Amino acid sequence: MTALLEVTGITKRFGGVHAVHNLSLMVKGGEILGLIGPNGAGKSTVFNVINGVYPPDRGRVVFKGEDITREPPYRIARRGIARAHQIVQPLATMTVLENCTVGACFGQKNLPLGRARDVVHEVAEIVGLTDRLHHPAGQLTTAGKKRLELARALSARPELLLLDEVLAGLNPTEIERMIAVIRRIRDHGIAILMIEHVMRAIMSLSDRVVVLNLGGKLAEGTPQSVASNPDVITAYLGEPESTGLGGGI
Amino acid sequence: MKQSSDALPQVAPAKTEGHGFIVNILSQPFTWLIALAGVVFAVFPLWGDNVQLRESLLLAAVYVTLASNLNIVLGYAGYVNFGNIVFFGLGGYVCIYLVSEWQWPLVAAALIAGVSVSLLALLFGLGILRLRGAFFALATIGVNEAIKAFVANFEPWGGAAGIYLSLDVYEPLGGPGEALWIVYFLIVAAMTASLLLSYAIKSSKFGLGLLAIGENEDAAAVLGINTPRYKALAYSISAFLPAIVGGLYFFKTGIIEPSGAFDLTRSIETIVMVMLGGIGSVTGAALGAFLYEELRGVLLTTEAFSHFQLVIAGLLLLGIVLFAPGGLMGFIYRRWPSLRRLLQ
Amino acid sequence: MIGIIASIIDGLLVGAVYGLAAMGLTLIWGVMNVINLTHGAMIVLGMFALYFLASALGLPAYGAVPVTIVVGFVFGVMVYWIAVHRVIGRAHLMSLLSTFAMNMVLVGLGTALFSTSPYNVPVAVSGITWEGYTFTGTHIMAAMLALAIAGLLYLLLHKTRIGKAIRAVADNREAAELNGIPTTQVLSFAFGLGAALACVSGTLIATLFPFTVLSGGAYELKSFVVTVLGGLGNPAGALLGGVALGLIEGVTTPFMPVSWIPIIEFLLFIAALILFPRGIFAFSRA
Repeated sequence: MTALLEVTGITKRFGGVHAVHNLSLMVKGGEILGLIGPNGAGKSTVFNVINGVYPPDRGRVVFKGEDITREPPYRIARRGIARAHQIVQPLATMTVLENCTVGACFGQKNLPLGRARDVVHEVAEIVGLTDRLHHPAGQLTTAGKKRLELARALSARPELLLLDEVLAGLNPTEIERMIAVIRRIRDHGIAILMIEHVMRAIMSLSDRVVVLNLGGKLAEGTPQSVASNPDVITAYLGEPESTGLGGGI
Repeated sequence: MKQSSDALPQVAPAKTEGHGFIVNILSQPFTWLIALAGVVFAVFPLWGDNVQLRESLLLAAVYVTLASNLNIVLGYAGYVNFGNIVFFGLGGYVCIYLVSEWQWPLVAAALIAGVSVSLLALLFGLGILRLRGAFFALATIGVNEAIKAFVANFEPWGGAAGIYLSLDVYEPLGGPGEALWIVYFLIVAAMTASLLLSYAIKSSKFGLGLLAIGENEDAAAVLGINTPRYKALAYSISAFLPAIVGGLYFFKTGIIEPSGAFDLTRSIETIVMVMLGGIGSVTGAALGAFLYEELRGVLLTTEAFSHFQLVIAGLLLLGIVLFAPGGLMGFIYRRWPSLRRLLQ
Repeated sequence: MIGIIASIIDGLLVGAVYGLAAMGLTLIWGVMNVINLTHGAMIVLGMFALYFLASALGLPAYGAVPVTIVVGFVFGVMVYWIAVHRVIGRAHLMSLLSTFAMNMVLVGLGTALFSTSPYNVPVAVSGITWEGYTFTGTHIMAAMLALAIAGLLYLLLHKTRIGKAIRAVADNREAAELNGIPTTQVLSFAFGLGAALACVSGTLIATLFPFTVLSGGAYELKSFVVTVLGGLGNPAGALLGGVALGLIEGVTTPFMPVSWIPIIEFLLFIAALILFPRGIFAFSRA
């Protein structure tokens, strides 16, 4: 199966520091790829390069066979890549419904207002926000905002969903619920690339895992093989998240 | 990023499934409210041939036009167009020039003024609107000053002295008296069109994009909105009717010269009007313009206050930004939340 | 030929003062992401302060300089607490509008008090004569003072505790707060500092040229051009940018009617914004 997303030889420097160095990875259609690594490993930088926030100094990003390396974020969104951010960015004075309508209108399907609203109702059902559709986004709880971030990305009907630590700051019950939601999303055929620190989520959801450390790829493989990899364990040594304790950041 | 206290929650009217956009707008009570306002403006002074009322309402209509169009860029997309008066002035010059030098009929000249200024605005906007909010705001002041200086040196447009209209330009309209009434109705029509335009935009997908940009431009871009293009389009659209009204206004006045056409004070006052009424609200822009215009009329008659015009406007703006960023409509919507569905 | 060179050197000297003014603007911008639209009013404040101190009170002109620094600082802190404090976290356009409104009030009051007639402060400093051309002493003094004050600013930012606090807050306000720095106080101090720089540069300009209450606008535009050229939040860049602008003025003024200069500067501003959004000195970075 050809890869949906192919990242080849990405290098990104900030000042004198290499945030990411010669990194390559790929995501196949319909799979969940976990992206893990200690803080500062370069995971968010990879996301920023993929969805066009800034271009890499070197390397290519190819999506559905087309080179999207230097395209602006809005064009990449139109191609079918959507992102749920680590630091949530709700359109605060707009309602949940309106937030998701924006996602639906300007995403891959480029829907008119009327049909966008239908999509939103469907997505709200999957994510579990139906009862809060008319709440202003700024007034949601942290968990609610995280779900909105996800719902908004989903409303764009993406083929690839970039999830950036969507479980951070959630309690164990909320985490379980989100895991179920993510599974439902994948069952709809959407590929997912997820950055996460909550190990049990990575273990139970991912088909494959890529481990980043200091800007480079440390290991890659099934969740089990990665978890038992001695280099990976060393890289995480001293980080309580790695043992699943703490359950989050 | 805006906080919840900053602006009015934007609620687009509910969509009737399966109907076209135009039908939807026509079925909203707010549309008919706007139309009613237009009719009232037109009919009121006609009763009893009240020229003084007409003159006062004409000025109000001009400002409602300027404010509601400015609202598209300032209120929806959150970009401060300090130099918005440049559309008014440039439109005035194009129209007057066509009428006076080329003997064009008024309506055609005004329309061409609108189209040409819009196109210029689009070109300029595509360049200048890649810049983020603050840079853009400063650039717009410069645009106004630069164009004013340019026009003041441009001989075909009368240079610093400007253009005087001879009385015979009013003949095709039936003489000066008749012409003033016709111009008034045209301005009221433009005002009504402006209100309808800003309402229609707010209810459209384009408007949703602008509002998202106004909330959080980076998030909007990541969500797929082509932000430079949307901003440039908004800027260009917001130039059309002010340019037309500029043409009509200066036709009525009979003379146009650089400092009066590109008066930065007027530009700033338009911003105050939008903020006063409630940034982002169609009703707000109209209310703010109307109220401020009346306030200004009263204050200017007192000799002392005319010195302090700018100070008062500044204090008003400061007060609104610090203590009541939602303006009048923000206050009204908090008191009577049900009105939010009816008014926009 | 000498005339051109003399004009250029004059331009460079005046440019140092432009740079000083721009440093005030860029400092505030860099520390709290606020564009201080009262900048022009602060410059005018410095001009009138010199007028009152020198002409009315008879102080020696350059003795007024330390006083105007203090005056500017106090005014800046006031403006911060009135117009900026409440809008800092909010949408950018709010701080734009609030500082703009403040500027309207200040200029309006100034106009009411002083009308728009020109004021002048005659300052006599002997110049340096070379090859038949005299370099005005006032220009030289102004440039030297500007550089000295810029140097003091550098020392303050890098060698004092408050300077470190300012830089910490500029870098990451939340982290600074968590580290026990009283960020609000620091912000108001930084704002006062920026205003002081604008104010004292106004004083220096007043030793060179006549001015009116409305002069602020033109110099504010120059400051913006310089700030963009030098890079936001980069005081050293602002100084260099100021000198560069002075150079451009020196080269073009012999050939151009004065009324065209604001247009040229505005075009420069637009060009700089479009071509060098991060400043000329930063184009090597991403």
